[in-house]
Amino acid sequence: MKPAPFDYVKPASLEEALELRRRHGAESAILAGGQSLVPDFNQRLRSTETVIDINGLSALSSIEESQDIISLGAISRYREIETSALVAEHAPLLKMAIPEIGSPAIRNRGTIGGSVSMADPGAELPACLCALGANFELARAGSKRTIAAQNFFTGRYETALDHDEILTRVDVPKNRVGFRSAFHEIARRKTGYAMCGVAAHGKVTHQSVQNLKMVFFGTDDTPMLAVNTISVIEGCAINDVPPAELDAALSEDLHPSDDTHGSAKLRMHYAKVLTRRVLAQFVSAHGEE
Amino acid sequence: MTTEKRLISLSVNGELQAKIVEPRMSLADFLRIELELTGTHVGCESGVCGACTVNINGQTARACTMLAVQVEGDEVTTIEGASESGEFRDLQDAFHARNALQCGFCTPGMLMMSAELLTQNSKPCRQEIREYLSGNYCRCTGYEAIVDAVETVAQTRNARVGEQDD
Repeated sequence: MKPAPFDYVKPASLEEALELRRRHGAESAILAGGQSLVPDFNQRLRSTETVIDINGLSALSSIEESQDIISLGAISRYREIETSALVAEHAPLLKMAIPEIGSPAIRNRGTIGGSVSMADPGAELPACLCALGANFELARAGSKRTIAAQNFFTGRYETALDHDEILTRVDVPKNRVGFRSAFHEIARRKTGYAMCGVAAHGKVTHQSVQNLKMVFFGTDDTPMLAVNTISVIEGCAINDVPPAELDAALSEDLHPSDDTHGSAKLRMHYAKVLTRRVLAQFVSAHGEE
Repeated sequence: MTTEKRLISLSVNGELQAKIVEPRMSLADFLRIELELTGTHVGCESGVCGACTVNINGQTARACTMLAVQVEGDEVTTIEGASESGEFRDLQDAFHARNALQCGFCTPGMLMMSAELLTQNSKPCRQEIREYLSGNYCRCTGYEAIVDAVETVAQTRNARVGEQDD
C-alpha cells in the first residue's frame, strides 16, 4: 500500500457531506472520480486525514436543462457527458474535448466536478468551461454561492473552493444561434495530458468572429484567456488574420515554461499552430451552412 | 495515525467476498493480496499504464485508482473471471495466434479494454482500436500485433453474425 493512512466516510446525503466537510475542513479531501486524487495519494504527493466519498450522492449525478442552461451535477462522469444528447446539442465544446481526456477506463470514472476542483493546468474541462462562461455552485453547511469559471481558478492546482465547501454543480449556458466551438490539443499520446491545448467559442459569420472566448491550457498555471489574440482575430476578416500580429499577440497572452516534456518555445509554437487550426475550423464550419 | 479498518463485501468474478481492509488499500492491491488474484497487474499506480484494468459493474476501470472500500456492493470481474467464463476466449486466442503479447504484463488490461471496445463498437477501424487502447502501455509488441488481433476478432464475430442472419 502506497498512500499514507486516512479515514474513509461515505455520506448518504449532501447535508451529511457538508457537515463532514465543516467538521474536517482542510484535513479532508473530497473523493469524486478519484482519477487524479488517488494517483496523488499513491505517489504521496498528497495526504489527508479523512476522505469524504461523494459517489453515493445521486443528487449530484444528473445532467439537466432549464431554459438557458445545462446543469451538470458535480459527479457527472466524462463518459456520461460524452454520450449525453443534451450536451451534444447545447454544449458541443464539452463533447469535443472529452475524447482527449484519458483512457475510456478513466472516462468511465472521472467527473466534471473532480476535474474542475483539481485544477490541473493541463486539464481540458477547466479551459472549456472558462470559454463557455460556465458558473460553478459551491455549497457549505447552511449556504451556497455561485462563482464564474474564470474567477474560480487561482493557480496551479489552486482554486477559490474553501476547505469547508463542496463543488456541487456546473452550469453551462446553452449554445446561442450562430455560435461555434472549436477544440484542439497536442499531447504526447492521444489520451495524455496536453502539452498545449485550446478551447474556443464565438459567433462566426462569413466575415468574422465576434464575442470570441479563446482559452489555452497547458501553457500557464491556470486556463488562460488570450485577450490580445482575441482582439487581433475579432479585428480582422476571418480569412485574413495577419500571421505576424497573431503570433505577437499569443506571445503576450501566454507564459509557457520549460519542463521535462518540452521547452517553452515548443509550447508557444504549438499555441500558434493550434490557433490556426481553430481559425480553419471556424472557416470550414461556416462553409458547411 | 491509525485509521479504522472496514468490512467490505462485494462480488468478485461471481463469488461473494467479505474482507476487512484499510481504507487506503487500492482495489488492485485488494485483488492481488487479499484474494490472490494476481492477473490484475500493478504498473504505474497512477492510472497511466492500464495494466490493472478490471471491469466494475459492466464498465472498465483502473483498479489502482480505486480504493477497495469504494467497491462495496459492486460486481468486479478480473482477467481470471473473464478467462474462466470464456467470454472473450476468441480475443485470447487471437492475441496468442498473432503474437500480440511477449512478456504478458499488459495483456490482462489490453484484453479487458478490447472486450469493452467490441461490445460498444462491433466494427472498429484500426484508428478506433488504437484510440481505445491508447491508455494501455505495451513495451514489447509495438502495438501492431495487438491491433491486428482485435481487428481479426471483430471481423470474425461479424462474419459469424452474418452467417446467423443468412
